[in-house]
Amino acid sequence: MIPELGHFALILALLVAAVQGVVPLFGAHTRDAAWMAVARPAAYTQLFLVLFAFVALSHAFATQDFSVVYVANNSNSQLPMMYRLSAVWGSHEGSLLLWTLILSLWTAAVARFSKSLPEAFAARVIAVMGLVAVGFMLFMLFTSNPFERHIPALIEGRDLNPLLQDPGLIIHPPMLYIGYVGFAVPFAFAIAALLSGQLDAGWARWSRPWTLVSWSFLTLGIALGSWWAYYELGWGGWWFWDPVENASFMPWLAGTALIHSQAVTEKRGAFRSWTVLLSITAFALSLLGTFLVRSGVLTSVHAFANDPARGLFILVYLLTVIGGALTLYAWRAPRVASPIATTPMSRETFLLINNLFFAVAAATVLLGTLYPLVIDALGLGKISVGPPYFGFMFAILMAPVVALMPAAPYVRWKTDEPGRVAESLWKPLAIAVAIAALLLPLYWSGLSLFLLGGVLGGCWVIVGTLWYVVRRFRTRPPGRFRLLPAGEMGMILAHFGVGIFVLGVTITNTFSVEQDIRLTPGEEYELAGHVFRFETVETLDGPNYTATQGTFLVSRGDDTVAMLYPQKRRYPQGNQMMTEAAIEAGFTRDIYVSLGEPLSDGAWSVRIYYKPFIRWIWLGALFMMAGGFVAAFDKRYRRTRAAAAEHAAPRVVEQGTAPQGA
Amino acid sequence: MSSYRALPLLLALLASAAAWSIDPFQFDDPAHTERYKTLIEEFRCLQCQNQNLADSDAPLAVDLRREIADMIRSERSDDEIRGFLVQRYGDFILYRPPVQPTTWLLWFGPLMLLLVSSATVFTVVRRRSQLVEAPLTESKHEDTERFHGDQEL
Repeated sequence: MIPELGHFALILALLVAAVQGVVPLFGAHTRDAAWMAVARPAAYTQLFLVLFAFVALSHAFATQDFSVVYVANNSNSQLPMMYRLSAVWGSHEGSLLLWTLILSLWTAAVARFSKSLPEAFAARVIAVMGLVAVGFMLFMLFTSNPFERHIPALIEGRDLNPLLQDPGLIIHPPMLYIGYVGFAVPFAFAIAALLSGQLDAGWARWSRPWTLVSWSFLTLGIALGSWWAYYELGWGGWWFWDPVENASFMPWLAGTALIHSQAVTEKRGAFRSWTVLLSITAFALSLLGTFLVRSGVLTSVHAFANDPARGLFILVYLLTVIGGALTLYAWRAPRVASPIATTPMSRETFLLINNLFFAVAAATVLLGTLYPLVIDALGLGKISVGPPYFGFMFAILMAPVVALMPAAPYVRWKTDEPGRVAESLWKPLAIAVAIAALLLPLYWSGLSLFLLGGVLGGCWVIVGTLWYVVRRFRTRPPGRFRLLPAGEMGMILAHFGVGIFVLGVTITNTFSVEQDIRLTPGEEYELAGHVFRFETVETLDGPNYTATQGTFLVSRGDDTVAMLYPQKRRYPQGNQMMTEAAIEAGFTRDIYVSLGEPLSDGAWSVRIYYKPFIRWIWLGALFMMAGGFVAAFDKRYRRTRAAAAEHAAPRVVEQGTAPQGA
Repeated sequence: MSSYRALPLLLALLASAAAWSIDPFQFDDPAHTERYKTLIEEFRCLQCQNQNLADSDAPLAVDLRREIADMIRSERSDDEIRGFLVQRYGDFILYRPPVQPTTWLLWFGPLMLLLVSSATVFTVVRRRSQLVEAPLTESKHEDTERFHGDQEL
């Protein structure tokens, strides 16, 4: 009964979303306040209904209702409660429901926090989000219904993929989706702006905090995914340029470009149509990512052709949303073009260069991810595009970003003197070079262009950013101690995080040591100054698996560093083997032991890693995330009521004659 | 998936007695160890969704690792080893796709895009700097002025 209610709620939600997508839009067009007023109640109702459906599915998992096909396919009676609940988004249908739930949450948040926006504008934004939701609900109801029954009920379910039976996988998808789907908000703002012709600095200011929050969640989601892959997949890597990873990384790159171009549009009213285009692109890449992951094209182009309903639906949906948005853009954007005078030496130029590199980086990831699919579909053979390709391209594309990033905040808006900029930059640059030089003996052994560039770049970003803080406080008027504005604090935190991240990546990639060895209990092995003593092997029973657990004593000199217990787990339901690595985490190094297979004579194959500074990779990402959140809570976004009044009057669209170049 | 159909056959041919995911290969020459580690990261495990030979648990990957190790010990060059694997399994095994007409767009596309967009950025910046001759419009956002008016930014 409850699954049917969930199904029914989903159908009602579709109807509500359709009303929410159409009525306020007409209302805004005809300036009919009553029609516009439908937007907010519709958004709240939609959230209630989708939440109901989501709870209904969770209930089916919690009570192990194996008459629901999706539940039977993704859980079984042995599964602990925690994983039964996270199994809701463990597979295709449930992930879509989560996607839709998060979209309704964002929509309700926009409805709640858009009181200061002009009524017509808010109505359009909420309506566009309603239209996006319609597509996803149709997709779910027609091709991927999570509430489908199997009568008679199965006695026992299959299993949740053991890879997903992990705390990291409980939180990673929701965080990632909150970020992904959050880009629907700037997208809806962009479409609303194009529809209304109200494309000005005020628009960028309204859209900015939403973008920042989404971007922060996406950053967290990607970092969690990377961390999960590191400890769960058992090969010690933190990023593999897998298409599924790329699917989340493309919107992140476009979103990073977007938060920087929004800065220019807000502060200077420049690059408006470019900011609109980026808002559309970031969400388009989110949708494309969902398409890539959900349609099955990644496993094989032929899988897509074999079961075309789902893939075809997403493809048509994608073309409708992106095609429609871009058509609207091509039609309306030229009318808002208004080049703003700027000299080459200005903050605007630096931010434009940021956008240049991030846009090309996003395009490169897109190219590398789709290329094998296209080549295969065209019958030109099968190729693989992997880490060597992406690593090479990113080293080239990100080096200028790292070099210029710390400098940009020192440069004034509009125009600046090259001499003044050089004068304020040489000290932090000299300090960064000095630090990198002083540390040289520490990294001399692994010296390469990559390492030198990475250490220098990381030091430069960190020193340049901290120096900026010092300068900011020194030049403030005396006797008036206040924190910096949140927007600026956020920028500082995020840039600092990039420095930490760069150092982490560089040092880990160069100095990680790994060794595959054959060990018998009682034997020891020495790696990177640590002695690993293989003590015992024993068998343990978990709630729904049996594990073989090794005990390793790691010591350095006479000190015990850690006791590590790597496991090999067997999940009998699906007869799958999982490697659970044991990790001794540290600020400057991780020690990682994973147990391989039993060899002859009681020996085991064992893989040992020593990974210096790997935590800095995720630490840097956390700083970036924190920066985004802090910046989103800048006071000026809460003082938009006055700005809204200013824009409430119908605004004449500027009829620029010169085309908008950027 | 069609290209995987030949796999069981190949496997039967290749499979040796023991298959384990973590194989204790040791080389006498440290240079060999380095080459081995670099090489096995460049090749795709053909049995897996998307993993390289270094990380893979699959039996085929273990056998290929052993073959690569043997070839390194017998002083075959990296290019010879790559050629051998490509001849047997096709370009699909290379994570670094070869530069050839069908991959020109892949390898040179990003560079071309970078050049074209750099030229665009250059044009935009130049055109906007020509507008500077006219008096600059003052920013009308008060708080922008308040936070950034000290021009130390």
